[in-house]
Amino acid sequence: MEGERGIEVEGLVRVFRNGIRAVDGIDLQVEPGEIYGFLGPNGAGKSTTVHMLTTLLPPTSGRARVAGFDIVHEAASVRGAIGAALQEAALDPVLTGREHLRLQGALQGLKRPERVRRADELLERVGLTEAADRKVKTYSGGMKRRLDLALALVHGPRILFLDEPTTGLDPQSRSALWQEVGRLAHEDGVTVFLTTQYLEEADVLADRVGIIDNGRIVAEGTPAALKAEIGRPRLEAIPSDPADREGIARTLERFGERCAGSPRAVAVRLATGAESLTDVVRALDAEGLAVADLQLHAPSLDDVFIAKTGHTLEGSGEVEEPESDAG
Amino acid sequence: MSSALATQIGQLARRSVLRTFRQPASIVPALVFPLMLLAVNTAGLRSATRLPGFPADSYLDFALGFAFMQGALFTTSNAGTDLARDIETGFLNRLSLTPLRGASLLTGHLAGAVSMGLIQSLVYLGVGLAVGVRLESGPLGAVVLIVLAVLIAIGFGALGAALALRTGTGEAIQASFPLFFALLFLSSMNMPRNLMDIGWFRTVATYNPVSYLIEGLRSLIIVGWDVQALALGFGIAAAIAALGLAASAVALRRRLARA
Repeated sequence: MEGERGIEVEGLVRVFRNGIRAVDGIDLQVEPGEIYGFLGPNGAGKSTTVHMLTTLLPPTSGRARVAGFDIVHEAASVRGAIGAALQEAALDPVLTGREHLRLQGALQGLKRPERVRRADELLERVGLTEAADRKVKTYSGGMKRRLDLALALVHGPRILFLDEPTTGLDPQSRSALWQEVGRLAHEDGVTVFLTTQYLEEADVLADRVGIIDNGRIVAEGTPAALKAEIGRPRLEAIPSDPADREGIARTLERFGERCAGSPRAVAVRLATGAESLTDVVRALDAEGLAVADLQLHAPSLDDVFIAKTGHTLEGSGEVEEPESDAG
Repeated sequence: MSSALATQIGQLARRSVLRTFRQPASIVPALVFPLMLLAVNTAGLRSATRLPGFPADSYLDFALGFAFMQGALFTTSNAGTDLARDIETGFLNRLSLTPLRGASLLTGHLAGAVSMGLIQSLVYLGVGLAVGVRLESGPLGAVVLIVLAVLIAIGFGALGAALALRTGTGEAIQASFPLFFALLFLSSMNMPRNLMDIGWFRTVATYNPVSYLIEGLRSLIIVGWDVQALALGFGIAAAIAALGLAASAVALRRRLARA
């Protein structure tokens, strides 16, 4: 059965007419039932990759199979096996939520009683039953995203593509959507390919993360493994008296090497891990050095991102991806 | 036609119609402006009927045909703008991820234009009859008049769709509006061609296909059954529809281009 196949990508490249290599030779593999988080800044090539994998954009070179079907030669079969909620939350403002779902059901070939039932079921599932007969132009951003997700699920796809599903949502709507996506993957066994520019989203939701920067995958693995690769926690101390800064720095350097931290703090990457924290406190005390704040930071995906790309996620270069390049 | 295909077309048509009727801002001008222009022209150009050789006793009878033509122009603009919006919002991407075939997309989309064309025609005709227009071709002529008006709406709607699919922006559609409008004014809309005094104007109007659309419509009102005018009107309307549909199909295929 097609659902037993995930996503296999080999050397995928997309060069736009303006010469930009939006996707520059990526390889990746997504196992069935897995949530794969594709993490990167704006313009990194995330959406272009999704457009290629969903057959909306032909690749310049390379190969990819989705649900076991070639994205170029078996595009119709790919489309039949996938659901996609693309970045735009593409909805018609003057139609209601229910009308959207029934239209989508009809276009996906569901018989009339089936599409009525399926629409009700999905409205319930994404919490839009009460708003079902309101026009979409009255929906909030979160409601639109949930409807978008429901539309992608109408025909019961085994593989789901979500392109930045929570961008612009408030924290509450975001966590509601995370729950639903988690349930789809872990209870229903749907394979999820999710792009995001939020580290937290990748960390909370993804079983495995691929970090993309300038069209290339620079790191890949489970969030835990990626963080473990960076390894040890960072300790930051803010001196009570700025004059003690040098003394605190000398003391902390006995426990690890200096690293970048917040501006007022002295920061070290601990050599032995979190258990040396008590020794640090004792040493500072013995030297008579007072600290206003002492914080232990476990390595985050942010650290991974900085380590792998040399810049932070927010501050990276933005290359505009042409929205369409057909022809 | 398979039943799945029929369902696809039917559902898209339904959406297109719903969408048209839920945007009063796009319906009202299409109904009101042509009638306003009709009233203004009829009042201002009434004396034209005294010109020797003018084909009608009442300028109103003569001018009513033009309302249908102007209505078709609104259809172009609405059909194009709606489709452009679908492209801009990504709705077209959503549709193209379904097993939907291009032909059903176009047919479904144009159903909105057809329904709009039908309503406009009924309103223009109803208002015309109410203010005293006499239809020389009788009740059957009214039916033929509406069929021709709808065919013209399909043709111009398809042109709007082609433009939208090629450019992908609503602005391009808006920008083309004056161009179409000029095409209308450089036709025999206000004056029969044989009474045009200015040589170049008559030449332009003679080569302008819009003249023959208007003359076809008009013949049913002021002449009766003029086979030549009707053949030209229907022929040119069908040709525009074929051209518009072909151009839309090509533009759609290019837009949905897959390797």
